[in-house]
Amino acid sequence: MKNLHYKSTITTLAIAGLILFIHACGSKTTTPESVPAPEANVVIDTKAHSDSKGVGKFTDVKLEAIDPSKADLGKAVFATKCTTCHKLTADKFVGPGLMGITSRRTPEWILNMITDPEKMMKVDPVAKKLYEEILTPMANQNISETEALNILEYLRQNDSK
Amino acid sequence: MKKIRLILVGMTLIALIGGSFTSCKPKKVGSLMAGDAAQKVYVAPGKFDDFYFFTSGGFSGQLGVYGLPSGRLLKNIPVFSQDPTTGWGYTEESKPMLNTSHGFVPWDDSHHPELSKTNGEDDGRWIFINGNNTPRIARIDLTTFRTVDIIEIPNAGGNHASPFCTENTEYVVGNSRFSVPLDGKDDVSITTFKENFKGAATFIKVDPQSGEMSVAFQIVVPGFNYDLARAGKGVSHDWMFFTSYNSEQAHNLLEVNASQNDKDFVMAINWKKAEELIAQGKGKKIPARYLHNMYDETTHSATSKEEKEVTIITAEEMPGVVYYVPCPKSPHGCDVSPDGKYIVASGKLAATIPVFSFEKLQKAIENKAFEGEVSGIPVLKYEEVLAGEVQQTGLGPLHTEFDDKGFAYTSFFVSSEIVKWDLEKRVVVDRAPTYYSIGHLCVPGGDSRKPSGKYVIALNKITKDRYLPTGPELTQSAQLFDISGEKMTLLLDFPTIGEPHYAQAIAAEKIVKNSKKFFKIEENTNPFAAKSEAEAKVVRKGNRVDVYMIAIRSHLNPDNIEGIKMGDEVYFHVTNLEQDWDVPHGFAVKGANNSELLIMPGETATLKWTPTRTGMFPFYCTDFCSALHQEMQGYARVSPASANVPLTFSGGATAAESK
Repeated sequence: MKNLHYKSTITTLAIAGLILFIHACGSKTTTPESVPAPEANVVIDTKAHSDSKGVGKFTDVKLEAIDPSKADLGKAVFATKCTTCHKLTADKFVGPGLMGITSRRTPEWILNMITDPEKMMKVDPVAKKLYEEILTPMANQNISETEALNILEYLRQNDSK
Repeated sequence: MKKIRLILVGMTLIALIGGSFTSCKPKKVGSLMAGDAAQKVYVAPGKFDDFYFFTSGGFSGQLGVYGLPSGRLLKNIPVFSQDPTTGWGYTEESKPMLNTSHGFVPWDDSHHPELSKTNGEDDGRWIFINGNNTPRIARIDLTTFRTVDIIEIPNAGGNHASPFCTENTEYVVGNSRFSVPLDGKDDVSITTFKENFKGAATFIKVDPQSGEMSVAFQIVVPGFNYDLARAGKGVSHDWMFFTSYNSEQAHNLLEVNASQNDKDFVMAINWKKAEELIAQGKGKKIPARYLHNMYDETTHSATSKEEKEVTIITAEEMPGVVYYVPCPKSPHGCDVSPDGKYIVASGKLAATIPVFSFEKLQKAIENKAFEGEVSGIPVLKYEEVLAGEVQQTGLGPLHTEFDDKGFAYTSFFVSSEIVKWDLEKRVVVDRAPTYYSIGHLCVPGGDSRKPSGKYVIALNKITKDRYLPTGPELTQSAQLFDISGEKMTLLLDFPTIGEPHYAQAIAAEKIVKNSKKFFKIEENTNPFAAKSEAEAKVVRKGNRVDVYMIAIRSHLNPDNIEGIKMGDEVYFHVTNLEQDWDVPHGFAVKGANNSELLIMPGETATLKWTPTRTGMFPFYCTDFCSALHQEMQGYARVSPASANVPLTFSGGATAAESK
């Protein structure tokens, strides 16, 4: 779905095919990307605190005091793009209830989950486990980085009440 | 009558004598195919084709989209016909697209896809297609692959010579295959054909930014059957060429009566000159009634506008605008070479192909080399315009496209083959049989200034024994030939939807880069959109019930509705709140007399539902969207008109809280 690498000529395809073919002769064959089965002996509690920062654009976020104006902007985006699945209470709706999310998860994890859920559900152990539990994938709502930061402020505000 | 029979007997004899290369079914099919054909059309799983291939849907009224070289079907774009799969022509938003001056018309016969052009090259912005039956032209936006503009053509019958465009898409044209009297003056005896019936060479302006179409002017021309057209290029930029047959002006048994004359005409129109005359106020505004329908991608809705007049000029009153060039035997296609120097016309009952020279045409006009006139329009001398004839081609030449190496490819319907010939030398260099009865053919960019020399595709009317039988009705088909070498080699057969009259192909990269993935929910201005869970609601006004519904993986909200009564008209306005690629939702309700909805991310679509009985009516998402797709459902309760059931609804977060 996201793979947009466009090959414009047959030649390129042919060369690529040839390389793959030669490659395949001497080494192991590649398998298509898919969600791997859960590892049996690692138990992840999705309701517990995790230090994972996840994977994505956000690697190091410094938190300051909650900015109410940003939180207001976050609230507006949240209403359109998030309330279809998430409530601000602890109650699970389609997705998990978000009360306490900012203490359960790192800010980076939250921001990466909002902006690149597909990657998170493939790679991050907590996100993977959540997907297994819920089965409906966290939708990519094409939320910008700024919008995601505003939503984070809104969630922090919600948790500070 | 006898003469025609003799011709047919003669043709059959020639076909028989012609032997293997002209017969319908060569014995050694395998030997005509390249040994590496499979490799040349194989596009590995997950890889993309090199070209988009747009085929007319013929009597389906739609536009097919295939990939080349694989021949894989990618999409069937609804244009002139209702499509219950997508809700096209059924949803409240799209219904106006099929409005005409005759009311709502749910079907048409689509013939010729035409890609928009910039500097004579396909630019990948839009594709146009004509509706033949109820004369119209549609414009499809190639960022969304959706029909966004349909304009009706007044004073026309059978809009066949359409919608060919000029080098910068200044105009797309239309003209009557079935000449008719002007609108409002058409309740006359058919026997007054010669006096009252007219062609209408119509020039539709295309806004260079928005693409919006409008009828600029119509040139009233003698009442012949206008068949096809092509715009000039480069040196001949200012001209448009139409073919005409039935210069006999027969109005019955055309099969015989329209084939009496040895020559009919190519009509050359200096549209630049016509444009100047109109600008000088020489056109005449006459009353007309035609509809123009536009689809807006922010309201996700179409609107119809009625136009009430049209500007015309009459060919015989405007010297220097229209000339006739004699052309043998009921010409069909007339195609202009990539450099614009030659016009190749194909008499469909002839065996030679005349190639006209634009330079000679100009000289003949200058020198008044006329052999006479028809209805006040000068007829140029055939020899004075002719560059030369291609001899011993085949039987029944129809259409010609060009490659990048100076060769032309002409389709032959009667002898069922493609003939490759040298444009300058005008000699045949190769021929390949087609299976069977080829109509149009297509070289990617083959009508433009920059054709590709990779493939020619035959568009066949008959498939007989080429595919597994499917009862009396068989598929039509396309056949892909490699033309990169000296010989044409057959690579692939693939079926098409409806009759593929004509097709155009374009390098994929010209379209891929602009392809839209979803509609931004923030930009949705549909008055009935529910843009968040909180906006989901049900509102009653008299007997009209509006349901503002949201759809997202994996629920609809509201999903329980009570208080609908018999006699109500219910409108389900469903907004897909997803903001990602390839996540449409569907919507269907039991007993609906129209169709489903298929709603793209960020879009709102409306299904009108008039319950015909009381009871419980499940509704659900029809497009498998997620692991919990089967849970994406709801109920609407319908009570008798006299019932006291209050209007209530629930769903989404509200329902979860009430538990």
